[in-house]
Amino acid sequence: MTAFNELREMRRQRGGPKNVAKTNLRKADGRAALVFLAPWFLGLFAITLFPLGASAYFSLTDYDLLTPPTFIGFEYFVELFHDTRLHQALKVTLTYVVTGVPLQLIVALLLAMLLNQGMRGMAFYRSVFYLPSLMGGSVAIAILWRQVFGVDGIFNRFLAIFGIEGIGWVSNPDTALWTIVLLHVWTFGSPMIIFLAGLRQIPEMYYEAASLDGASKVRQFLSVTLPLLSPIIFFNLVMQVITAFQAFTQAYVVSGGTGGPSDSTLFYTLYLYQEGFSNLHMGYASAMAWLMVVIILGLTAVNFWLSKFWVFYGD
Amino acid sequence: MSTTTSPSSDLGTRITTLAAQAPHRARAGAWRGTTRSVVRHVLMIAAALIMVYPLLWLLGSSFKPTEIIFRELSVIPTEWDFSNYTTGWQALTEPFGHYMLNSMVIVADSLLGNLVTCSMAAYAFARLKFRGRNVWFAIMLVTIMLPIHVLIVPQYVMFQQVGWINTFWPLIVPKLLATDAFFVFLMVQFFRGIPNELEEAARLDGCGHPRIFLRIMLPLATPALATTAIFTFIWTWNDFFAQLIFLTKDSMKTAPVALRLFLDSSSGSSWGPMFAMSIVTIIPIFLVFLVGQKYLVKGIATTGIK
Repeated sequence: MTAFNELREMRRQRGGPKNVAKTNLRKADGRAALVFLAPWFLGLFAITLFPLGASAYFSLTDYDLLTPPTFIGFEYFVELFHDTRLHQALKVTLTYVVTGVPLQLIVALLLAMLLNQGMRGMAFYRSVFYLPSLMGGSVAIAILWRQVFGVDGIFNRFLAIFGIEGIGWVSNPDTALWTIVLLHVWTFGSPMIIFLAGLRQIPEMYYEAASLDGASKVRQFLSVTLPLLSPIIFFNLVMQVITAFQAFTQAYVVSGGTGGPSDSTLFYTLYLYQEGFSNLHMGYASAMAWLMVVIILGLTAVNFWLSKFWVFYGD
Repeated sequence: MSTTTSPSSDLGTRITTLAAQAPHRARAGAWRGTTRSVVRHVLMIAAALIMVYPLLWLLGSSFKPTEIIFRELSVIPTEWDFSNYTTGWQALTEPFGHYMLNSMVIVADSLLGNLVTCSMAAYAFARLKFRGRNVWFAIMLVTIMLPIHVLIVPQYVMFQQVGWINTFWPLIVPKLLATDAFFVFLMVQFFRGIPNELEEAARLDGCGHPRIFLRIMLPLATPALATTAIFTFIWTWNDFFAQLIFLTKDSMKTAPVALRLFLDSSSGSSWGPMFAMSIVTIIPIFLVFLVGQKYLVKGIATTGIK
């Protein structure tokens, strides 16, 4: 709507002879815009659009960096369907996204609600809970994780107190992925802060009215908090799914770059990295990247479609 | 999560009414409130400890001799060993300060690039009227969502052609060209909120766009600039994927890429020095966190960045 109005306004003023001063202003605006946008335009074409086109082209070629690309059509896209390692990568990544994202958001919401009860020292707790989010993506923390969940890591030390004998969590194919999921959940701080800001927007009187009607706390949560917060939960969900699908550092460091043990932490981006930059299969890596874009778009579309059933935008 | 207790605000009014009737019962009610708040604080402190325990343990272990790191759950070392830091600092081909400096250089240039070029682009989108503005704006929004993985292969080829592999240029030039569209969007939102009257007054006084931008917009946009600076710092410092790809020569490596080398070289025998250097790479982020907390929280709450 606003875009349309703006366009109409522009056209009307260009046509009108009486607005000479304004037209001159517009022209000055246009020239200034060119200057102010010059770096951005250059970046858009050189760093984004040109590589985007090249990537589409590479995905249709066989290219190893050393010899010029040879055109092979959609061969690699067909191969993607038969590549068992790719299937494994998809399984690993989707498992990570489907478990890690909701778990993280649930923890984030729970702690945001606890913090929102006007308790003293709220800012302090908020900071402490937020700190891991800042560092969770770093190599240092991934290295720490590798140790904590190693055979003789401190997690097993801790279990030993209760007489439980632990296993090598990162070296066991059944558990390695879950240590990375846990790392993701640990970084719940940023969605928590977004939830906190959202919770503050809910008028206190809704809760007062609900409790006057005899609604229990659980009932209040289900009928007041959840619907009013649902747009924010939805926003977090969409964003977290997109970023979680692109997770790389944790898997790369925890598995030592292999995606092991036995491909159990072979994240999609890690496989893409191996294909492109270890095996120099640039064509295949480009095809993988485009499949990834399609999957992310698909997941986002599913999220939007599902939102019709649970997100509440007021009336 | 008891379902029978009434909400605290209700409890408050009940306490005051009860207070008028029977003072001793009021005291009992207040006591209940205090107990609940104590319980809540104890729970929160426990949760906070669980959250930061891994970080504290990492810090503590960086001062422990490697042989006892695995034996000790405790954060405070029973035996202090400061040599982890000196050993770790010298463990790789270059002293660790060299890698830290590389990271710093990239971060500093990225900061400069993002602050200058993103704010310029944002000014044009937010305050200037020009042909096709909405189309370009829409394109800019789409680029926020574009995963870097779909660009990295051609970018690598491109930068290789111009001989930029193993230089900082592939990491810096994109920032100098405002490709971090997220920050453009962040500042567009901010510039839009600045009242028109200020700009019009400046125009009447004969200010052109460069002066309006520098003298009016930027000073007023300090919070948005601060948020941009802080997130650029943290994201660039933590970045691993692009740095791993573009920097393969040892002397060009950044702190995170170098830190990972410990895993290759050590075969598990030098956890102490590795933890010490892990702490070294985390310190800048922690400092930024301390200084910029206010902007961090605000930035996340209003824009929903990661």
